[in-house]
Amino acid sequence: MDLTDRRMKVAHREAKIGVGLALIHFILWFALAYGLGSGDVADYTYVFGMPAWFFYSCIVLSGFMIIVVTFVVKLFFKEVPFEDQEEERETK
Amino acid sequence: MNWSIIIPLIAFLVLIFATGFWASGYIRNKANFLQEYFLGSRELGGLVLAMTMVATFGSASSFVGGPGAAYTEGLGWVLLAMTQVVTGYFVLMILGKKFAVVARKYDAVTLVDYLRKRYNSRAVALVGALSIMIFLFAAMTAQWVGGTRLIEAVTGLTYTQALVLFAFVVLIYVLLGGFRAVAVTDTIQGLIMFVGTIVILAGAIIAGGGLPQIMADLANENANLVSPYGHDGSLTPLYLSSFWILVGVGVIGLPQVAVRAMSYRNARAMHRAIIVGTIVITVMIFCIHFAGVLARPIMPGVSDPDSVMPLLAMEVLPAWVAGIVLAAPLAAIMSTVDSLLLLVSSAVVRDVYLHEFKKDATERHVRRVSLGVTGVLGIVVFALALTPPELLIWMNLFAFGGLQAAFIWPLVLGLYWNKAEKHGALAAMVTGVVMYVFLHIFIPEPLGMHTVVLPVVASLLLFVLTSKLFPTQDKQSELSSVSMS
Repeated sequence: MDLTDRRMKVAHREAKIGVGLALIHFILWFALAYGLGSGDVADYTYVFGMPAWFFYSCIVLSGFMIIVVTFVVKLFFKEVPFEDQEEERETK
Repeated sequence: MNWSIIIPLIAFLVLIFATGFWASGYIRNKANFLQEYFLGSRELGGLVLAMTMVATFGSASSFVGGPGAAYTEGLGWVLLAMTQVVTGYFVLMILGKKFAVVARKYDAVTLVDYLRKRYNSRAVALVGALSIMIFLFAAMTAQWVGGTRLIEAVTGLTYTQALVLFAFVVLIYVLLGGFRAVAVTDTIQGLIMFVGTIVILAGAIIAGGGLPQIMADLANENANLVSPYGHDGSLTPLYLSSFWILVGVGVIGLPQVAVRAMSYRNARAMHRAIIVGTIVITVMIFCIHFAGVLARPIMPGVSDPDSVMPLLAMEVLPAWVAGIVLAAPLAAIMSTVDSLLLLVSSAVVRDVYLHEFKKDATERHVRRVSLGVTGVLGIVVFALALTPPELLIWMNLFAFGGLQAAFIWPLVLGLYWNKAEKHGALAAMVTGVVMYVFLHIFIPEPLGMHTVVLPVVASLLLFVLTSKLFPTQDKQSELSSVSMS
């Protein structure tokens, strides 16, 4: 029973991390796109030939999320067995 | 006939066939046919899991319709499409380990199996199976039509010849290899999509004279094309944000995606799939939609947006490269169709037939019925795709939104909320579907958001309210939820 608890604790923590990442992702997506892109098109600044809002919200942010996701998974995600028998075997 | 395009396509189809034959070896040798045929015996590794998730979800809409819409709307549509990136990590992180452990404990082969056991309710299971059959059958037929049109356009075959070819290929490998063949062909198809989209974007940038030149051309034609607001300023921030539900976090509720979250081997496979899946979907979605925008100054005045992608490939790439790149949208359609075909079969066989009509079926009987149902479904879809009925095409329009609204809360709250119970789940499913269909027909896009938002919110409210007001006095479901938590 408490073994199940341990696995479930891990699962719940990782689900919370997922919700947190999605929230951060959404806020940055919104802020970058509309923070930089809501002015007059004539006044846009360009990075590598692309409008700055587009460059940051669609390219830089995506790269950033890939890096964050990779780190989060490598550092915080734990390996747990999925089969109940495995769990027992492991502890015996 | 354009042989330089047809030859790479034929090579692609041969590869797909070979995979089907390879996977059929597993089906013969596994003791539990149902688990192998519908779930690949839960043995998927990280790469295959990531690719089958991405490929199943990235369908005709993202590879044919998406670039067309980007062509019309400009950079704002790329911003909208990028909301899909979240699915790369969100689905597996949320369903993740909990769903994997619980599904094994319940011995669930389908999403409906899980719902049936979690809520201990036949009604929940039947409503679920029925929504899958109706909505995904319509979606599948529409995708077959899309795939056939694409083959027709690229190869010069007639519609009927192209359909026979398409149906034959898909049916053979799904029948031969089941879920394992579907997942592995999805991986091949996903890799083709991944490389294809990068190549076509690079080709478009070069053909358009570099990004600064293309952006200047776009801004000259219509300044809105380089803004986030769409060509006529109609893409509002609220509207775009609502796509975070439809094609972003709400994707959890799609049965064809959820079933993949219980098909992987171990936690390591899941971790790897999160990283690989996020990278692959980001690159694919970005490249294909951005290429759609860049196509505008290169080929102005394309009247049918759906043809933007094939026309662009043939315009900016050497013929033999175009052949390989054009296998990408075909791969996208096939990888969606094969998953849907198998999923609808599993709903018919496992969720309805074996539970309602034949509880004591032998292994041999199950095998015969499963293959028979897949075959018959394939033939029916084929017949319908010959002259697609209006009704099906119309139903396909709300297939994905309707399924999300139906399944997202029964699945997620079932996993994470102990007090979630059957009356709540039933109320949530019925509300989600009925409200989505109603809004779609009578008040599309209420309050300036995508139609899916309100049904998802209403479904959640009703679920929680009903579960609180009418708790089930049911020992077994209480027990199962306690031991799950």
